[in-house]
Amino acid sequence: MTSTSAISSTCAAAIRSENVCRHYRMGETLIRAVDGVSLEIGTGEFLALLGSSGSGKSSLLNLVAGLDRPTSGSVVVQDRDLARLSREELAKYRLHVVGMVFQSFNLIPSMTLLENVELPLRFAEVERGKRESLSQQALERVGLKARLHHRPSELSGGEQQRAALARALINKPKLLLADEPTGNLDSHTGTEIMDMLREFNRELGMTVVMVTHERALAERYAERLVFLADGKLIDDRPNVPGGRP
Amino acid sequence: MKLPDLAELALRNLRESILRNSLTTIGISVGVASLVAMLSLGTGLQQLFTRRLAKSGLFDTIYVSSRREMRGMGRAEERNGPLPGDSRVLDEAARGEIEHLANVSEAYPDIRFATELRFEDKPHLTMISALPQSAKTNDAFENIQGSFFSSDTATEVILQKSFAEELLGKTPPLGSPEPAVSELASPLLGRELTMRYAQRSASAGPDSASETELAGASYSVVSREQKLKIVGIADLDPESMRGPTRARVFIPLRLAENLHVMQPTDLREISRAGSDQPVYSSISVRVKNPSQIQGVEDAIKKMGFTTFSILDASRSLQQVFKVLYAFLGIFGSLALAVASIGIVNTLVMAILERRREIGIMKAIGASDGDVRKLFFAEAGAMGIIGGIFGVIFGWAIGQVINFGTNIYLKSQSIPPEHFWAVPWWLVAFAIGFAFIVSLISGLYPAGRAARLDPVQALRYE
Repeated sequence: MTSTSAISSTCAAAIRSENVCRHYRMGETLIRAVDGVSLEIGTGEFLALLGSSGSGKSSLLNLVAGLDRPTSGSVVVQDRDLARLSREELAKYRLHVVGMVFQSFNLIPSMTLLENVELPLRFAEVERGKRESLSQQALERVGLKARLHHRPSELSGGEQQRAALARALINKPKLLLADEPTGNLDSHTGTEIMDMLREFNRELGMTVVMVTHERALAERYAERLVFLADGKLIDDRPNVPGGRP
Repeated sequence: MKLPDLAELALRNLRESILRNSLTTIGISVGVASLVAMLSLGTGLQQLFTRRLAKSGLFDTIYVSSRREMRGMGRAEERNGPLPGDSRVLDEAARGEIEHLANVSEAYPDIRFATELRFEDKPHLTMISALPQSAKTNDAFENIQGSFFSSDTATEVILQKSFAEELLGKTPPLGSPEPAVSELASPLLGRELTMRYAQRSASAGPDSASETELAGASYSVVSREQKLKIVGIADLDPESMRGPTRARVFIPLRLAENLHVMQPTDLREISRAGSDQPVYSSISVRVKNPSQIQGVEDAIKKMGFTTFSILDASRSLQQVFKVLYAFLGIFGSLALAVASIGIVNTLVMAILERRREIGIMKAIGASDGDVRKLFFAEAGAMGIIGGIFGVIFGWAIGQVINFGTNIYLKSQSIPPEHFWAVPWWLVAFAIGFAFIVSLISGLYPAGRAARLDPVQALRYE
């Protein structure tokens, strides 16, 4: 049913979804954003979710991120059934287990980069003294040492996305979820971001799930390609990163 | 999220839309100012009344009389007293004993007698009362023309305004305006009166004009004259409590005692064992603080005397002020209620504006509780800041009105008064109240922000 054969068998499942559905109503019509997807993703995998717009790839990512709840079926991440978690537990899950980056960066415009990166540490009630050094290190790691006290609007798109990456990693999550991370960037800066994603995947052992509609990009970086259409999984195949078709 | 972080984020969010939040905060300030203004007016008026009443000597004075000395006014206090037979005589020894009770500042006999005063050879019959030096602070003498007695034994006299009118033959017909005290003062101050009185003498026989031996009495009564200098004309009546028996002419207490004026009590006490100690019809006992009056009254009752004070009247006055307070507080709170609607409006607007930000915070791990607390903190911060400015504002309004009123009073030649009082408890209460009202106003917006669906909020551009 699930095609995990391509993955090295030593990888334990980090994410397992079983027949997961996300339906919602829009007026009279029922929209099946995610419609019975069963998928198993191993720890340390770099997976790309591909599909045209409206295929349900972002909805699936939101379910894995704990931002949304399935209508039916289950999503189990590191032995937590997300459908059974309370709102409070789900917030904790998002805080500690998941790091997320978005197409539109989603930095808070009124805050400096340092404050943006520090924000998850505030929610995690990390001591004030520790917070600043941690955030500073994270920003240095993505090459923004000189931009600590700038506001997002003073930075280029690539720099903003790097700051968003720093924020996503600040609580040392197991899972990095990226929703069209290069969608608002030119190809050069897009490549920079993707290189960083790969670096985190390889060096920190993070499981990376990336939503994209750029097949070429996915083939260059991902180890596995999952194709969705109309909320259904239509193809799932291993990929050799960097390989050109 | 921890409280310092909440406060920091809340303040930074308030700064982000500074105009709107300032306007809302000003709204709260106006509300708090009106509350503070109303309540401080209430407090000020209460303090003013308390001060005036304390000066009037009504609230710190107990009237003590012997049960033998039934005034027959049918007062409950007197009926509750000891039976006439058990009652002690109110003499000098008893007075001394009362004066030594705890919390008593002085106990002086009420010396009053009707007699004839001659002024420019015309006789005038009136009631004379003796006053201790402490009566100087009584508000009846606040606007005195001339001065109070120079000493407790001075041969001086203070006239009540109506008696001064009578001496000058200026008693106005009923209904016509009364002459000002200052008009009466100039022809009278420094002039002399001759008081004719009956002296009670322990031994018979001073060479006097007339001498009356009373059968069975141990003393005689001698007719005397005493010259008195007019030093003051008082506008008000210091003995308004005494009703029909009140006096219109006042002499120093020690002088009156030394004169040994024959009083009605003397005749009634004739049947008692012959003693030359004076016996008083009543004694005024002044207490150091009106709050101690009940204890002192009980102690005097235990000694076997009848007491009367207007403590109960003062209690009902406190009641009146509580009601006044409640009314002023309700009116003052109305503006704050309107301001609290402003808080709800501002925060609901903030949710719409910061929808995306709330979505981001939730996506990176903020719980519903974190978002709720953040909005609460913003509401609370507006409440506290508004409260502080409101108190300052309210205090300033009070100062201005006080100032204005006193200018008016001055123009009417009435001495200035303090109508406005902002006690510390009111400052704390006003800020606390503004804080709580703001938190309550924040309930709905905070709840709404907390329930926001992150997926929808993030989609919102």
